[in-house]
Amino acid sequence: MRFGIVVFPGTWSDVDCYKALTQDLPHEAEYVWHKETNLTNFDCIVLPGGFSYGDYLRTGAMAKFSPVMDSVRSFAAEGGPVIGICNGFQILCESGLLPGVLRRNEQMTFRCDWVNLRVDNSSTIFSHTLDRHQVISVPISHGEGNYYADDSTIASMEAAGQIVFRYTDESGNATREANPNGSLSNIAGITNTQGNVLGMMPHPERCCDPVLGGTDGSFIFQSIADAANITR
Amino acid sequence: MPVTQEQLDDVALSTAEYELILQRLGREPNAVELGLFGSMWSEHCGYKHSKLLLRLLPNESARLLVEPGKENAGVIDIGNGKAVVAKVESHNHPSAVEPFQGAATGVGGIVRDIFAMGARPVALLNSLRFGTIDEPSSAGLFHGVVSGISWYGNCIGVPDIGGEISFADCYSQNPLVNAMCVGIVETSELTYAKATGVGNKVFLIGAQTGRDGIHGASGLASRTFEDDRELRPTVQVGNPFLEKVLIEACLEIASKGILVGMQDLGAAGLTSSVIECASKGEAGIELDLSQVPLREAGMNAYDIMLSESQERMLLIVEEKDEHVIIEACDKWDLDYAHIGTVTDTNRVQIWLNGTKEADLPVDILTDPPLYALDGSQSPEAKAFGERDLGSLALPALTIRESLLKMLSHPDIASKEWVYRQYDHMVQTNTVIPPGADAAVIRVSDSNLGIAAATDGNGRYCEADPFNGGAIAIAEATRNLICVGAQPVALSDCLNFGDPEKPEVAFQLEQCIQGMRAACLALGVPIISGNVSLYNETRGEAVYPTPVIGSVGLVDDINLALKPGFKQAGDLVLLLGASALDKGPQDLSASLALEELHNTSGRKLTIDLDLETKLQKACLELIQEGLIESAHDCSDGGLGVALAESCMPLSIGFKLETPIPERWDAALFSETQSRVIISIRSEKLKDVVQMITQNHVPWMSLGRTTDGELTLGETSLSIQDMTDAFVSRLASV
Repeated sequence: MRFGIVVFPGTWSDVDCYKALTQDLPHEAEYVWHKETNLTNFDCIVLPGGFSYGDYLRTGAMAKFSPVMDSVRSFAAEGGPVIGICNGFQILCESGLLPGVLRRNEQMTFRCDWVNLRVDNSSTIFSHTLDRHQVISVPISHGEGNYYADDSTIASMEAAGQIVFRYTDESGNATREANPNGSLSNIAGITNTQGNVLGMMPHPERCCDPVLGGTDGSFIFQSIADAANITR
Repeated sequence: MPVTQEQLDDVALSTAEYELILQRLGREPNAVELGLFGSMWSEHCGYKHSKLLLRLLPNESARLLVEPGKENAGVIDIGNGKAVVAKVESHNHPSAVEPFQGAATGVGGIVRDIFAMGARPVALLNSLRFGTIDEPSSAGLFHGVVSGISWYGNCIGVPDIGGEISFADCYSQNPLVNAMCVGIVETSELTYAKATGVGNKVFLIGAQTGRDGIHGASGLASRTFEDDRELRPTVQVGNPFLEKVLIEACLEIASKGILVGMQDLGAAGLTSSVIECASKGEAGIELDLSQVPLREAGMNAYDIMLSESQERMLLIVEEKDEHVIIEACDKWDLDYAHIGTVTDTNRVQIWLNGTKEADLPVDILTDPPLYALDGSQSPEAKAFGERDLGSLALPALTIRESLLKMLSHPDIASKEWVYRQYDHMVQTNTVIPPGADAAVIRVSDSNLGIAAATDGNGRYCEADPFNGGAIAIAEATRNLICVGAQPVALSDCLNFGDPEKPEVAFQLEQCIQGMRAACLALGVPIISGNVSLYNETRGEAVYPTPVIGSVGLVDDINLALKPGFKQAGDLVLLLGASALDKGPQDLSASLALEELHNTSGRKLTIDLDLETKLQKACLELIQEGLIESAHDCSDGGLGVALAESCMPLSIGFKLETPIPERWDAALFSETQSRVIISIRSEKLKDVVQMITQNHVPWMSLGRTTDGELTLGETSLSIQDMTDAFVSRLASV
């Protein structure tokens, strides 16, 4: 399984993703410079966290014009798995690969913390090694993770099982207190309608090594790898 | 052209200093040259009032690869071809004027100091001081500073793993904002701030140069200020995205091994950067300022040389290797310019559009007059340190009320609301996150850990600067010990008032002597530092506040000790200065004296011999895997330390020794050299053997429980303590 990790100027989770995939987990990975357009070597594309181009305008608003993003769009259109983490999620929304937007956190402050996520769809290629309604613990680190989409979009995503992860308490209740950023319907991660593009604000790459406090993130990467092997 | 007093004031030079310039130079400097002298002879760059004292600070260590003073920071060998660099720096005055950008650019500046040496920045810490939190202006500064640090640090992807925050009236107009950065470098890729090799090229890369921050070093950082409004333009504005790109580009270039020199542009901008490189390389530099990429038109040589625009780096390279710089800058879309050449003249020669703007010998610029301080303690300060607390009555509050009050004091209260705004996990090496005595990060691709903490105590130093200085060092290293780290290096940031006042000079001298004594006793070198003087507003100086950044090594991160009691049924021991039968005199300089007795004063002392033995014993206990938790008794004393050990994992504790009549002193005295540890009961024999071998006094305090914190008749639920502890700062 070969992951391509896209690096924009200002990306900083690239190295963390690389370490998680190749050291904590048994996969291959390579960095993809944002000016690169050839993605044929990869089985999955990772858009990692950071502040692409500084995100001074609006998160992801510059990155979507990067040369690599045209190729990511084609890669996704052909059914290739794409996972956007944190800034990657913002870029996917801004690029139109995922519905909705990520607004400033409700509290107006950046938040770095561990959160609980409930797996609301365990049959996606990103979550099939987890159980439905299983609660996993994953770190967040963002100032703009407050997910918003209009009511009909939320309803159709709900119906289609596109809402994969929700912020909950330890017992899996999607309470207001468990929502770290004000996201609508406690949404933490969603897929596109085809189910091959995932965006999530939490950082699975930060919890693939027990010394860092947890390994729940590894299930997400393992799901992708297993799914790829099955498809082959 | 005879110089006017106004011109001298602009560059913060005295008439006597100007006379000295005339004498050494043999002529009058022109306006640009006067600006260069003002910067290089400023307190900030030239350390006029502190250099003689700073030489007292020990910096010897078997691990030292590069001596401090020769470079931005000393370099400490950590084995396997790697080294660590660390430095604390102040950005007090800019933060007082503009808290958000002041704090943000403070982070940017210290990070550049670290990657200028070729090191990857792996951790940020900070140490902050504000006025009393209930004052709206202090709350505003606090929020502005925290947001600024959060904004800059998060964007550059360096984890902010810890620090400390304290509040006292004396900082209300003059907050202290000290930032620390730790970096790791392959020793083969170390870069140096020097210009050598006649004909080598000098490149400036990164941000364009604008008019921001002119006179930052000479004006803002080297004087007290009376009316801060007019100083706003002297504060720089940061661009963390550019910093992130600059980090990557510079480290990429450094990894190619072709750099002759690299130096950041910090205080006094191009002036100090170029002149320091020339000085360290024992060379001259000729600059053509018309090549410098400018942000605005019409900038003259004076503006360009003194601009403190952020996110810029100076790189010196042989002509044959310049393509490496150009390629990296092209890749990262960075501006670059070849702005000068290394010469053999030992002069800095500055040209703009064909006109020679300055031509000065480097050695005069880097050799400011050094002033020996003439300190004497004021009678008031002496009396304050010798206050008799013997007649102090017991507090009106109960034990329960007192402990809750102490836990909710902003100095003690949980800083979670703050560090939650800092990304402390990026780089995926954070093993012990903020909130413990020290944080621990892993060195990538190894089991080695680096522990780091910052510590300062203005209150102790105000009561007695010698002991306060010694305690600052002892606490900084003790914090490392408590997570299982061997202290290997310290960095200091000395925040003081106006050194030309005898009482401030006395504080500075004594503090440094105290720090020296503690460093020698504990065997830890100071590898870098910074001095921030003139921290006064309208004649009122801040407490003398040395802030110590400490770095330690954990041989195996799996043995790093996490905070808090681990399970019920463990024995809890107090190691070190362990007697509980204390009297009111022992409340010296404590927070409880202010909070429970509404008074202050009396010096707090430290026995450095006992401290050394305690730290050695404690580290051995952890390294042998004999103990479950360790926590030092600092602000709030034993009572707060016990509560803080209960809260992380919600484990109770029952004190099994009687509480003496003077419970206020027994629970809240800040007597130094004390650590509480918890152990499995079956380990008692081994633990006691190791403690006694090290000649460390100890006593048994009681046992951990499933329930509450029980001190004699008083019981507090974990929930009540947590509510008091967590809510305070979040509600400001």
